[in-house]
Amino acid sequence: MAALDNAETVPRLGASSDTILPVLLFTGLALLPAAIGGETYLIDRFMRIMVFAIAAVGLDLIVGYGALISFGHAAFIGIGAYAAGILAAHGINEAVIALPVALAASTLFALLTGIVSLRTKGVYFIMITLAFGQMAFFTASSLAPYGGDDGLTIHMRDTVFGYPVLENARAFYYVALGCLLASYLLCRTLVASRFGRVFRGARENPARMASIGFDPYRFQLVAYMVSGALGGLAGFLLANATDFVSPAYMSWQRSGDLLIMVIFGGMGRLYGAIIGALVYLVAEDMLAQYTEHWRMLFGPLLVAVAVFAPGGLIGVAERLARSRRRD
Amino acid sequence: MSTTLLIVQILNGLQLGVLLFLIAAGLTLVFGVMDFINLAHGVQYMLGAYFAVMFYGVTGNFFAALVLALGAALAFGLALEFVVFRHLYDRNHLDQVIATFGVILFLNEGVKVVWGASPLSLPIPEPLAGSVALMPGLSYPVWRLVIIGSGLATAVLLYGLIRFTRAGMLVRAGATDAAMVSALGVDIRRLFMIVFGFGTMLAGFAGVMIAPILSVEPGMGDTVLIVAFVVIVIGGIGSIRGAFLAAMLVGLVDTLGRSFAVDILRLFMAPSPARTVGPAIASMLIYLLMAVVLYIRPAGLFPARGR
Repeated sequence: MAALDNAETVPRLGASSDTILPVLLFTGLALLPAAIGGETYLIDRFMRIMVFAIAAVGLDLIVGYGALISFGHAAFIGIGAYAAGILAAHGINEAVIALPVALAASTLFALLTGIVSLRTKGVYFIMITLAFGQMAFFTASSLAPYGGDDGLTIHMRDTVFGYPVLENARAFYYVALGCLLASYLLCRTLVASRFGRVFRGARENPARMASIGFDPYRFQLVAYMVSGALGGLAGFLLANATDFVSPAYMSWQRSGDLLIMVIFGGMGRLYGAIIGALVYLVAEDMLAQYTEHWRMLFGPLLVAVAVFAPGGLIGVAERLARSRRRD
Repeated sequence: MSTTLLIVQILNGLQLGVLLFLIAAGLTLVFGVMDFINLAHGVQYMLGAYFAVMFYGVTGNFFAALVLALGAALAFGLALEFVVFRHLYDRNHLDQVIATFGVILFLNEGVKVVWGASPLSLPIPEPLAGSVALMPGLSYPVWRLVIIGSGLATAVLLYGLIRFTRAGMLVRAGATDAAMVSALGVDIRRLFMIVFGFGTMLAGFAGVMIAPILSVEPGMGDTVLIVAFVVIVIGGIGSIRGAFLAAMLVGLVDTLGRSFAVDILRLFMAPSPARTVGPAIASMLIYLLMAVVLYIRPAGLFPARGR
């Protein structure tokens, strides 16, 4: 997609800021509960932000490194959440069973939709992923035995090997943090591997990749499935965090939110997606406390980021650092 | 499933189709000519409806309100173009998405602040209220026929403008290769502004026309926007002809699907699951249609660009 060529998405793994920033970020997140103290509400809030960050990291894998802009990514969250919810409705409350099912379901959905979607390019890819997202949304609203439009309440959180780990806010927080760290490391390893080089090459020049003997389609499909599985992981955690599943998890606005988190932080960096999710959701919370009409402030903020800060927040920080070094 | 019901639903489908066309026409041109993804196109439609309600309150005359609302929609669109969109034409699509999404958030909340969150309504102009008998036993609201008629007239007008005027020729050339048009000495920025203003006005027009039969509320443009995107993708980005045919197709498929899906499913399903599955399948149909079209023709039915 030619329009993406000017975006600064070239991974510079090994460059100092790409090591220091993620280390600082994860250390901060690990120390956060200690800093917050007894405020369970805040711990719960940040736990949910990390859950969305997992999905955003997965989305950045395909958007930032493959220029595959998925506008239906909320569907994967929804599928993971529904897997947990439906199993719970049948009395299966064990993460050791529910999590693999959630991952398998979302990966399978990614495989089936990816086979079709990856035939298209650019804007058409955006639209066809939107179409599949909408189909998942309407399927969920027709699941009458599982609540339909009204959604499905989960009466008991999943246990881990029989232990009610997720009932404790702090424990759940560290489970989410662990999942986020694992997702980040997985994607980072993938991107830097031979697989990742082919995948990135397919973004730059698919014809050349094909001519040196790689079929870009297969690499893109695998990346799309990994991305979908991370969405499923986020969905599984989200269902347990909210004790509730509903079609609203899959609405196209949610998919838009995820994309904005990725762009907001700075795409093609993975930890940018985490920063994006943090800043986006915290800013939303803070502005909402300040005024009921917080969207009137938040909207122009998004416009300002797009107009003045292409490359997202990290892009701005990097430009500032560069200009200071020059002085 | 009686013939009368079928005819009524076909007319409803056409009415939805022309409405979608009015919105999609501007969207596909802006997208095709400027390569600009304008998610805020849906709020232009919403603003058209709100402006109509406001000016109707001032003048008490629907037609005066229509003219004033069109002018206001145009002015507002041009102002937005000047303040925000102009800076984003040569950016990548993601920057455009995030900025226009911000505009949506701002304006949806803005109309809540200005006009309140509760739905408003606009009366149907007096001589056009009521129904007319099309056939014995088949009466149909006049206003819906007016929407269909004015939409078709707009389509013909647009076709004429694009086919036979110099500006139309430039628009067609721009949709095929904007850089080349610019290289040939055409002021592409001015062309963009004209196309943008015109598209905005069409969306506003759709909003005004639909306001008497729909409630005017914040967020009313969001759902329409997504369906309009489906239309332009099926039709092929940048193609007015494609947008028109796809709008009719989507309007008919959606309306007929919603009214007859349950009945059709009952032919080979038990009534109770048919009642729950039917509406879901009906809502899904247009997306299914888009996926199938893109699978067979990855650039839509009538792609404007030769790529």
